[in-house]
Amino acid sequence: MTHLEGTTVSASHTLHTVRHAGGGKRWLRYAAPQSFFPLAGRAIPWLLGAALLLAAVGLYLGLVAAPPDRQQGDAYRIIFVHVPAAWLSMVIYVAMAIWAGVGLVFNTRLSSMMASALAPTGAMFTVLALWTGALWGRPTWGAWWVWDARLTSELLLLFLYLGFMALQAALDDSRRADRAGAVLALVGVVNVPVIYFSVQWWNTLHQGSSLSARGASMAPVMLHGMLVMTLALWAYAIAAVLQRLRCIVLERERHTDWVRQFYVESKR
Amino acid sequence: MLTVLLRILRRDLLLAWRRRADVAGSLAFFVIVCTLFPLGVGPEPALLRSMAPGILWVAALLASTLALNRLFAHDHADGTLEQMALSSAPLPLIVAGKVAAHWLVSGLPLVLLAPALALQFDLGSEAAGALTWSLLLGTPALSLLGAVGAALTLGARGGGVLLSLLVLPLSVPVLIFGAGAAGAEPGDATAAASLLLLGGLLTAALALGPWATSAALRIALE
Repeated sequence: MTHLEGTTVSASHTLHTVRHAGGGKRWLRYAAPQSFFPLAGRAIPWLLGAALLLAAVGLYLGLVAAPPDRQQGDAYRIIFVHVPAAWLSMVIYVAMAIWAGVGLVFNTRLSSMMASALAPTGAMFTVLALWTGALWGRPTWGAWWVWDARLTSELLLLFLYLGFMALQAALDDSRRADRAGAVLALVGVVNVPVIYFSVQWWNTLHQGSSLSARGASMAPVMLHGMLVMTLALWAYAIAAVLQRLRCIVLERERHTDWVRQFYVESKR
Repeated sequence: MLTVLLRILRRDLLLAWRRRADVAGSLAFFVIVCTLFPLGVGPEPALLRSMAPGILWVAALLASTLALNRLFAHDHADGTLEQMALSSAPLPLIVAGKVAAHWLVSGLPLVLLAPALALQFDLGSEAAGALTWSLLLGTPALSLLGAVGAALTLGARGGGVLLSLLVLPLSVPVLIFGAGAAGAEPGDATAAASLLLLGGLLTAALALGPWATSAALRIALE
């Protein structure tokens, strides 16, 4: 019974979206899963190619062209992965909250699916940032982990991602999971600055900022390497999210005609 | 408006009074957790004195998270919650009344117990006072934040664990400022600043929490 209800709800939504998109601007057409799906499929190989190419250039700049740091030796080279990953982990959370909010307000299913697709990639980058940070911290600070404000807030960001994914996994009705996840992401995004500043304040209460002091400003080649790596990780993140989004779309829309048609064509 | 709030408050308090064992359970949990820490870290008075604010705060946070399951679950199970959502009274107001009643039965007793537990940890009267004040300001904020989580996880699989996973990271600022206010040296300016920030958090939670909670409830009841 619930299954049937779910199907009718999604069917009526498809109609709604299509009608809305047909009458409106051209780009709104891609708010409908069936027109977005092939577009994403065409974009993914390009994005992956760009990610590989940029990563090769970035790693060459970072590991070969850039000189060792005067203070940190070769250990600093972790920043070519660490800094872009940390940036992405935060950007993806905000993007996730925005897409979830759009889905909640305008009832566009694709936006909510986008939020669900972003969460695992964001969590992955958070783990990557934490892990590479620990690898850097061991030779530089002499400890895998310190209760520094940045580290702690990054860890809390990971918990927020885990909470979002756990909530969506615990709700069987996908529509409710989307909307509940959206409320959680929005509450989280309001809370993120508060968490960030409270953690910073908590840290300065207890210890000086001796650990967060960085070396001298970067040589241009290091900066270039880092920027290229940032672009590479961005391209990878978008490709991975789109691929996951395609899977989610297929799973959610499995009752519709266009998915059946796609399946038949892909079998051929 | 006010009568709705008072009616809800009265009803929920009455219901809680009829189920006294539930309330006593989370209080006992609070006391037991606080008692376990000295057993775990050793009976050194200086160590315990420095750890006491943090221990009591974490225990209060856990106890209030544990109690959150009760906030909407019974009313959801017997359909009362749907009637409340259908009523002409604004849902955020009803939610505010329920959260207030919930805090009175699960938060306030923790605050009142805190001075007695502070004695166990050999805290001075000033430190115990600061701890009690910080809990008095912090526990309502915890209830308001937790209400959002309780509404979101209503009827979800693995409710209790999921609820903690959602609520605990969000309550970090309250914990930091609460324990900061309680743990600062007497007369230190940071204690006053922490209390003020805690008050700010409470105000923000009071202003936004009931709306977010009622949005989450409407999603759950759909």
